[in-house]
Amino acid sequence: MSTLIATPGQTIGPFFGYALPFDHDSELVPPGSPGAIRLHGVVTDGEGVPVPDALLEIWQADADGVVPTATGSLHRDGWTFTGWGRASTDRDGRYCFTTVKPGATQAGSAPFFAVTVFARGLLNRLFTRAYLPGDELASEPLLASLPDERRHTLIAVADEHGLRFDIRLQGDGETVFLRFPGHHR
Amino acid sequence: MTTVTQRDISAEIKAIDDDYHRAGLEETQPRLDYSPYRSSLLRHPTKDLHHADPEAVELWAPCFGERDVDPLESDLTIAHNGAPIGERMVVTGRIIDGDGRPVRRQLVEIWQANAGGRYIHKRDQHPAPLDPNFTGVGRCLTDDDGTYRFTTIKPGPYPWRNHHNAWRPAHIHFSLFGTEFTQRMITQMYFPGDPLFALDPIYQSITDQKARDRLVATYDHDLTTHEWATGYRWDIVLTGSHETPFETSES
Repeated sequence: MSTLIATPGQTIGPFFGYALPFDHDSELVPPGSPGAIRLHGVVTDGEGVPVPDALLEIWQADADGVVPTATGSLHRDGWTFTGWGRASTDRDGRYCFTTVKPGATQAGSAPFFAVTVFARGLLNRLFTRAYLPGDELASEPLLASLPDERRHTLIAVADEHGLRFDIRLQGDGETVFLRFPGHHR
Repeated sequence: MTTVTQRDISAEIKAIDDDYHRAGLEETQPRLDYSPYRSSLLRHPTKDLHHADPEAVELWAPCFGERDVDPLESDLTIAHNGAPIGERMVVTGRIIDGDGRPVRRQLVEIWQANAGGRYIHKRDQHPAPLDPNFTGVGRCLTDDDGTYRFTTIKPGPYPWRNHHNAWRPAHIHFSLFGTEFTQRMITQMYFPGDPLFALDPIYQSITDQKARDRLVATYDHDLTTHEWATGYRWDIVLTGSHETPFETSES
């Protein structure tokens, strides 16, 4: 058990846009490369209004289910899969990653993207998961622990170029956000 | 519509503070639902966070290395041809997990206003001067002891539009990674004795004074260098690592 109390978080604020984005931040693989998909969606607030000043990060296994240990996310060489990416929302609240579908890290487990959400107005980061649609989801323990009407908020939807995963911070269809052990109030 | 004043906001802050002390349950993180910070009204989840045991990639963290970060990026005062205006300062500290283990070779990113309280960002248009010699963005990797170190300029306080005559205490934004994904966090480091603390809804969204104090750096004269820079120390504790086998859930 942890003995030290964690430092509090604070909002990312409105001015991260000149500091945190970097070239190819949202391109975990080059667009158009074999196996590349688009993971995209809209971030909306409690009135359904798009959030234009959010920042999302994803962290994922590679297509074979291997957790990457390679460095180089900040200066991508176009060949090394580092598993981590960052995307800002645009004026319409849309974000977009170019990546590959993560494979299952264990036989029978349901693959997902780990997602972190930051935004102006959001006083601490939020964690969630974007599961790939598929048969494995039926036996996924986290999804099974959710009420029926909320489960879909963690499952990406297949579309023409890959997957769509919308994030609703509040209200109708509010995304399920996660609290991990050791995360205190 | 009537103008919301500092008096209004301070009264709201006080009411929440009184409730917190009456309840007597210690909190250590900011509230997501904190109405004195008006931008949070429609951007906080209304449902409880759902308990999850970390699995798969969540038990690992992204890796960053020498190819990601140039050592010069830790000095925010040398990014341009001239020296920036303001109080040159060093800020350093250790990043550890909840068990006291150093977070080694991990990425730290910072951003901040200049000495006049102005951000380079196009959305900051208040009439304080930009400094052509200061961008206010830095990166470094922690060393094998979990220590980070930046050289920068002490940022100024700045006005914002939460309410009439609202000013933020001076702060530096910190973006931090741990040894597993669940430790990812972004926060703000403040300076000791800032007169704006009591008035600021973002700082006050942390309801517990001991927790607020964890965001305030300490002036350290041993870090201060003769005729060169003042020194501040700020240590950071990330949420507990889950590598130990007997961790229990406390959600």
